[in-house]
Amino acid sequence: MNYNLYSLIGLVAAVCFILALKGLSSPKGARRGNIIGAIGATIATVVVFFYDDPAEGGLKNLPLILIAIVVGVIVGVPAARKVQMTAMPQLVALFNGVGGGAAALVAIVEYLHLGDTANTAEVIATVFTVIVGCVSFSGSIITFLKLQELMTTRPVVFPGGRFVIAGTLAATLAAAVWVVIELGTNPLMILAALSLLFGILFVLPVGGADVPIVISLLNAFTGLTVAASGYVLDSTLLIIAGTLVGASGTILTRLMAEAMGRSLFGTLFGAFTAKPQEATGAAEERPVRSGSPDDVAILLNYARRVVIVPGFGLAVAQAQHTVRELADLMLAKGIDVAYGIHPVAGRMPGHMNVLLAEANVPYDQLAEMDEVNPTFGQTDVAIVIGANDVVNPAAQTTPGCPIYGMPILEVSNAANIIFLKRSMRPGFAGIENELLYDPKTMLLFGDAKASLTKVVSALKNL
Amino acid sequence: MTPGMSVIALLSIFVLAVFVGFEVVSKVSTTLHTPLMSGANAIHGVILVGAIIVAGRSDSAFSLTLSLIAIVLATINMVGGFVVTDRMLEMFKGKKKPTAKEAK
Repeated sequence: MNYNLYSLIGLVAAVCFILALKGLSSPKGARRGNIIGAIGATIATVVVFFYDDPAEGGLKNLPLILIAIVVGVIVGVPAARKVQMTAMPQLVALFNGVGGGAAALVAIVEYLHLGDTANTAEVIATVFTVIVGCVSFSGSIITFLKLQELMTTRPVVFPGGRFVIAGTLAATLAAAVWVVIELGTNPLMILAALSLLFGILFVLPVGGADVPIVISLLNAFTGLTVAASGYVLDSTLLIIAGTLVGASGTILTRLMAEAMGRSLFGTLFGAFTAKPQEATGAAEERPVRSGSPDDVAILLNYARRVVIVPGFGLAVAQAQHTVRELADLMLAKGIDVAYGIHPVAGRMPGHMNVLLAEANVPYDQLAEMDEVNPTFGQTDVAIVIGANDVVNPAAQTTPGCPIYGMPILEVSNAANIIFLKRSMRPGFAGIENELLYDPKTMLLFGDAKASLTKVVSALKNL
Repeated sequence: MTPGMSVIALLSIFVLAVFVGFEVVSKVSTTLHTPLMSGANAIHGVILVGAIIVAGRSDSAFSLTLSLIAIVLATINMVGGFVVTDRMLEMFKGKKKPTAKEAK
């Protein structure tokens, strides 16, 4: 196959990717968009096997390449198929990380291949890919560990951390300059190691609701590394695909940051200056009002309007079907029911929409934050199911706390508040929630699904 | 190297792609943030193409090992990414039917 035909087919794949992103941006075309993207990726992958590079000849090591692809499929597909919907955010983070790692490896190998023939522009593109690819890789792994709760979910801030981060960044940049001037394998390996370290340090201080933004940002980063390696490999397809992801990922990151009411800059660098939260040990001793499922059912039975606020706890308990059952029951009793969806409830923006859609919750019952907030004044009961940070008034009242400035669902305006919680443990951001001690709050402890099931049966008997 | 394009041509492609990327996702509802991110994530798995190219011209065991690892990682990224995105989007389908059921 000659270069022109190869490039033309690459263009077809690139168009597929544009259509894929376009499709994914609208509810109607989303699924088709994803499939078009997959088709584009398949075309791009298949065609590379048929291209004879005039300078290099056909592909060597063919059996090994095919085996490696099969291994990737064997690992990737079951992971994607079997993952619980709750664990999806970390899986996406992980996929992003390995993509970044792959881009960095490709750049290193190509650098070894080019040797002395590499021109300065190619070396700079290589250096860029290695740095950003490695940061994306190690950063995503840390994000994965945080979301999987294999390590603390709170911002990790250690004394002098800022200086360590700044020092690592400076060392990384110095190594980058060294590679460009010296052109050697060893400097490149040192650069890769420093970049990996920087990625870890960069993500460690990020905590709470900022994690999804970081995933999105690292995703955009990986896109740019793919574009840069496309430049080194002289592949227009990689340049287009990588740039598309880089650009759309940047926009998406900004949209998410806006949805959370924070500046992108603040998200990334705010944590650098954050002080470790004081332990509010004394506060936890305060009395709370806890109720039984029957108390909750009675409260609901006499309500005219109920707003359900789902959070990560709902996802963990897989309670989306039970919550729908409860909502249906209330609707049958003539109670007005809406779901108040915070844009970043759960571990990913839109996480709750995905979950509730799985339970076939009608679309028109899902109210976005701006829509539902003014209605809390007329709401008799707000049921908060496994959510914490997104309803925490500290975001409005306590300057300096990690979620300060994030718009919240103002459930405190409702006449009654019911919290379904596993324990008194604070939310993902690790901040005490004053609302739990509010006199009009009732707590129902236990697994969200079990609690909801009891409430449903209690309500049925009323 | 391939019979390459000029730096300027590649730069032009890059800049145009930036604008297309901005334009294409500028209006997207919160609901679709997660699948869109996941789909974009799968698209950059196309680095697989680059990994295959470098593996196909590797002479040393070191290069070959690195590039084979790259292929495995990129395949996981690409294939897994599209599959998981499809799973997310699958849940959005059929949301009209329950509305009708609700109305009864």
